[in-house]
Amino acid sequence: MTTDHHHPTEMAPIEARVAAIESVLVENGVLDTDALDQIVQHFEDNLGPMNGAKVVARAWSDPDYKQRLLADGTAAIAEFGFQGPEGEYMVVVENTPQVHNLVVCTLCSCYPWPTLGLPPKWYKAPAYRSRAVREPRKLLAEMGTDIPADVEIRVWDSSAEARYLVLPMRPDGTDDMSEEQLAGIVTRDSMIGVQRL
Amino acid sequence: MTTGLDDASLPRDNGELVFEAPWQGRALAIAVALVEKLGLPWDAFRHRLMAEIAKDPQRPYYESWGAALESMVIDLELATSASLDEAAPTERAPL
Repeated sequence: MTTDHHHPTEMAPIEARVAAIESVLVENGVLDTDALDQIVQHFEDNLGPMNGAKVVARAWSDPDYKQRLLADGTAAIAEFGFQGPEGEYMVVVENTPQVHNLVVCTLCSCYPWPTLGLPPKWYKAPAYRSRAVREPRKLLAEMGTDIPADVEIRVWDSSAEARYLVLPMRPDGTDDMSEEQLAGIVTRDSMIGVQRL
Repeated sequence: MTTGLDDASLPRDNGELVFEAPWQGRALAIAVALVEKLGLPWDAFRHRLMAEIAKDPQRPYYESWGAALESMVIDLELATSASLDEAAPTERAPL
């Protein structure tokens, strides 16, 4: 196999183990490689915060949609076709001048894949998972987001029953923006609640 | 700052890579495909992931994911530890 030009590289144990799991399952006929390729592609291409941003922009632009979204997040988000694993029990929590919402998963890394994609590294880190509950105001300040003392911080711990998406407050000075333009200013971090727009 | 949230893990922008290495994408896809194929709830995997993270909180996330996946396929009798040992490649195929 080896040539002077193309040296195979050694695999880390975990990488080899995952490759072994795949090859055994494919050999047994449980899974097929093409289907796995498609799933990876789907995550890389179709899932991400640009989906959640569209949901937020519509909620800002269309009061009826916002009402549907807060009443039944899963159904309102599915109107865009955003659904699937980790998107079945969506609860949308609205930021207001009095309340700031923050999402965490203390036990693992539950995260609304169809609307936000896969979680960033810090979301999965033990520090974020524990401090978001224990000292959210301090944590947010360290992440560059100062929440005024008179604003209540509500922390939502994801579970089997719910995946949360924060509906940020629409920034001032955006009255003339189209829904599409609005979607362009909604960030991933604002929908997790670690940032204010 | 004594948080353990190092600079690299702080949120900076939305341009973060989905997977840091291709095997992480494979590990994710295998779990997603497997629960779907077997008609299991996602929790069937999630509970294992939670347990693996709790067992070793400092281990890199996708290593816990891989361990959860292995425990699931072995418990479902889709593979044995020995069959995985045998199937494990030792080196990456050359480009």
